[in-house]
This record gives sequence, C-alpha cells and structure tokens, in this order.
Amino acid sequence: MTDATQTYTSAHADLAGLMGLMTGDEKHGPAATSTLDVLWVLYDRVLRVSPEGGDDPGRDRFLLSKGHGPMAYYAVLAAKGFLPVEWLAGFGSYDSPLGHHPDRTLVPGAEIGSGSLGHGLPIAVGTALGLRAQGLDEPRVWTLVGDAELDEGSNHEAIAFAGPAGLDRLHTVVVDNSSATYARPGGIAARFEAAGWSTLTVDGRDHEALYAAFTAPHPGRPHVVVARVEPKSA
Amino acid sequence: MDTMRDRFAPVVSRLLDEDPRVAVVLAAIGTDGFAAAARRHPGRVVDVGIREQLLIGAAAGLALTGLRPVVHTFASFLVERPFEQVKLDLGHQEAGAVLVSAAASFDWPAGGYTHMAPGDVALLDTLDGWTVHVPGHPDEAETLLRHAVAAGDDKVYVRLSVQANGQALPVDGERFCTVREGRSGVVVAVGPMLDAVLAATEGLDVTVLYATTVRPFDGAALRRATETAGTDVVLVEPYLAGTSTAAANDGLADVPHRVLGLGVGRRELRRYGRLEEHVAAHGLDARSLRERISGFLGATVRV
Repeated sequence: MTDATQTYTSAHADLAGLMGLMTGDEKHGPAATSTLDVLWVLYDRVLRVSPEGGDDPGRDRFLLSKGHGPMAYYAVLAAKGFLPVEWLAGFGSYDSPLGHHPDRTLVPGAEIGSGSLGHGLPIAVGTALGLRAQGLDEPRVWTLVGDAELDEGSNHEAIAFAGPAGLDRLHTVVVDNSSATYARPGGIAARFEAAGWSTLTVDGRDHEALYAAFTAPHPGRPHVVVARVEPKSA
Repeated sequence: MDTMRDRFAPVVSRLLDEDPRVAVVLAAIGTDGFAAAARRHPGRVVDVGIREQLLIGAAAGLALTGLRPVVHTFASFLVERPFEQVKLDLGHQEAGAVLVSAAASFDWPAGGYTHMAPGDVALLDTLDGWTVHVPGHPDEAETLLRHAVAAGDDKVYVRLSVQANGQALPVDGERFCTVREGRSGVVVAVGPMLDAVLAATEGLDVTVLYATTVRPFDGAALRRATETAGTDVVLVEPYLAGTSTAAANDGLADVPHRVLGLGVGRRELRRYGRLEEHVAAHGLDARSLRERISGFLGATVRV
C-alpha cells in the first residue's frame, strides 16, 4: 500500500467543519443544510461511486438537481475524497471550481451542472434510458430535488413518463422543507404515486430511516423517497 | 418528389441498425416512421409523448451515458418551447445531440403561427458551438443527416422543410459552393431558396453561392467570392431575415462592404393558405427577389 493510492475520507461529524470552510450568500444558507443528511447517507452507504471511478460506465449516477445551496454537496464530496478540502475555502470565487451552483465540467464527481430548477429529473430519465438501452443493468440513477423545485412543470413531464415506462433503476429523493408554493399535505408523494412510482416518506434527518427507504425494493417501478426536514421558514 | 421529412425516418432507421450509439427521441410527432426500427431496437427509440422539455432533457441524459441522440419534432417545439433545455441540458452539460426539425418557417401555413418557427436559427445563434444544416433537397437532407449523426458528440441542428429545390447539389456538410459566377455582387442562397434565387438572378452579373451548412458560416468562401464579384452581398435565407448578416459582416471585416439580408419577416401575417402565398408575402418569390436584389446592387448588375 502506498500513500498515493490512499483517499482521505471523513466522517459525518466532520461535515459541519467542512461546510464552515465555505461562506455562501444568505439566500442559499438554509437550503444548504436541508440536504446534508440525505447526501451523507447516499454517499456513505448507498451510491456505488468513487473518486477513481469517474468514467466507469457501471457506476451509479447521482444528479443533484436542486443546485441551490450546494455547500452540503461539496462538503460530502470533499469528505468522500472526490475533491480536495482546500478547494472549499474558495467557494464562489472567480478562480474556484466551486460555484453557488455546481458545474459538472468543474466539479469532480458531479454528474450534472444545476442551478436552474427542474432539469435534473428529466436528465435522470434520459440517463436511465441510456443505461437500459446499453444493457447496463447494474447502475442505478439517483436525483435529488427540492419540494419547491417540483413547482417546475418539467418535473411533471418526467414523473408522468418514468412510471409507465417502468424505469425501475430511477430514484428520486425529494428534500421537503415545506418551501413549495401552493403545496397540499401529502401532495408530493401522491403525484408520484398517481404516475405509478413506488413512494416512501421518511424523516430526512434519520439516517437509518433514510437508508431503509433508499434501499427498499421497488420491482418494475421508479422509486421516490420524500425526506421531510424542518420547514425552511421555521 | 418525396420530402426531406420522408427521408428522415428511413435514413435514421438505417443509422440505428448500423451504429449502436444512435438513439432516437420523439415527442409524439413522427413516431409512425420509426415503428419498425423501434421493434428492432426497442431501447433506442423513445417516444416521450407531448413533453418537449423532457424530450431535450432525456436526450441529454442519453448523451451523458455515451449515446448519440437524434431528436425530432416541429421546429417550434424542438427549439423554441424547450429553449432553456437546449441551452442548459445540451450546452451547459456539454452533451451532444442532433436536433432534426420539421415544419420550418411556414411549411404548414394553414396551421397558423403556432406551427411556424422562422426564428429557430436566430435563437440557436445565441448559443455556442451549434452546427446548423439547412438542406435544400431531400438528397441533401439525407447526406446532411448522416453527416450530423457522424459528427462525434457535436451539437447539430438539421432544418428539414417542405420547401425544396428541383435538383440536389453535392454538399459536404461544411462549405458553401459556387453555383454561378459574376462581377457585380454576391448572392448567398440558403437551402431551399436556391431555385428562387437562380430564377431571380437570371441574366444578372452576380455570383451565386449555395449554403446548406450555415453554422459555422463559411466566411472564407464569401470573402473569396467578393474578390471577383465585389463586396455587395445579398443573403437570401428561408428563416428570419438578417439571421446571417452578422456572420457575413464578420467574414468581410477587413474590407468595406454592404450586406442586404433577405428572409422571412418578423411581422405576423395572421394568414393561412398555401406555402407559395407565404413565400410571396415575405417577398421571397423569384420576382420580388429580383426586384430587391437588383435594387440593392444597382445599375451595374444588369448584363
């Protein structure tokens, strides 16, 4: 074993410190932490991805659709060795690869660039179709959206298509911090369910509950996990 | 004569057979032509229904897994409606695709303005890195479709139209070709405008260039043509008038020159009717073109 092949990885407890290295604008602050536990559980226990496997066709794909407040994302990527911890301090500066919305061509491990809402889920549908068409049956596709992001109509084109298309490798996690406009109780899961998705709603801060929901079987159907966290306005 | 669109499904179906990277993404339009190919390649022919944001988003996802998506619907719903997806899902993500449109500026005049897209090429001009093919004949469409699909992971737009010229010319997916040579002006005819331009310039002392690949714009060919024909240039385009004026100016930046951009007007006609009637209403029939071209070039143009 040589040092060169070692990857430094951190624990969940280190994430707060890593996020502290970045200073985002106020607007993105609260949104950033809502995704933290979801991202950690995905990267720590669910996704089959690694810093070395960037181009491996067999890797899982994680598409961060909700690009707002990406500090948690960058912190997790740094903790898992995808990007150097030293990059975090430059967050948002001209020479930094880490912007207030991520750019896939600049951030190692980022499958898509995002920021404009409602793009990740449709791209995830195409990614799932592309893997299926090539007989790559192993890789799973994940996308993270916000509850308010689902106000964008493009998501509903993707949701309505993916269920009947039986895209069972497609997974969506909705981080629900009650920030949608004109939301109705239970409305998020109901819409996915109506389109034929498998749905689970869990506490978005409970790692065991998240893990169980993320790994629940859902044969023949795409799967959505609604991860509820404290309201943005609280 | 068959139309460019009649060639589309057969050509791309053959490409699906030949190249395992090729995938077709449709949005409820043009699906019949791919029924047989879809049976042979069920995973690589996808109809997302009437969902054009998903049409482009899904194509981007396919491209990110290494496939070469060919995406088709009417120009209005391919470029204009999901324009942000074209900008971000393809451009910003660096995902390549071949967008193939039908209906052009006014192929279906009875369908009205909702199905007209004279601004498609101008819109794509706000983005970086697009190749734009505007074939003028079904044979050229076939060649340019093959060229587009074979262009690695490039972003390529192929604009198919009912409007067409009587005869095909050899096209290479890159350069303009010289159809006629003169000394008193250069007329650039884009795609299906060639027949009308040749009729309009009959007996005039002008050089006629034929352009089927308009982006990148072959400024070098235009520059060369002006060396013998002078630097008065008329562009005749089947989409929004003036779309390529800036590109022509760039090609002639080192010489004093004049450019007249002819094409489809911005004003909504609010008329139905036939294709020929819309061609004439926009001043793109041979007689109107002759008047406008000779008016711009002045007395020296008549031989």
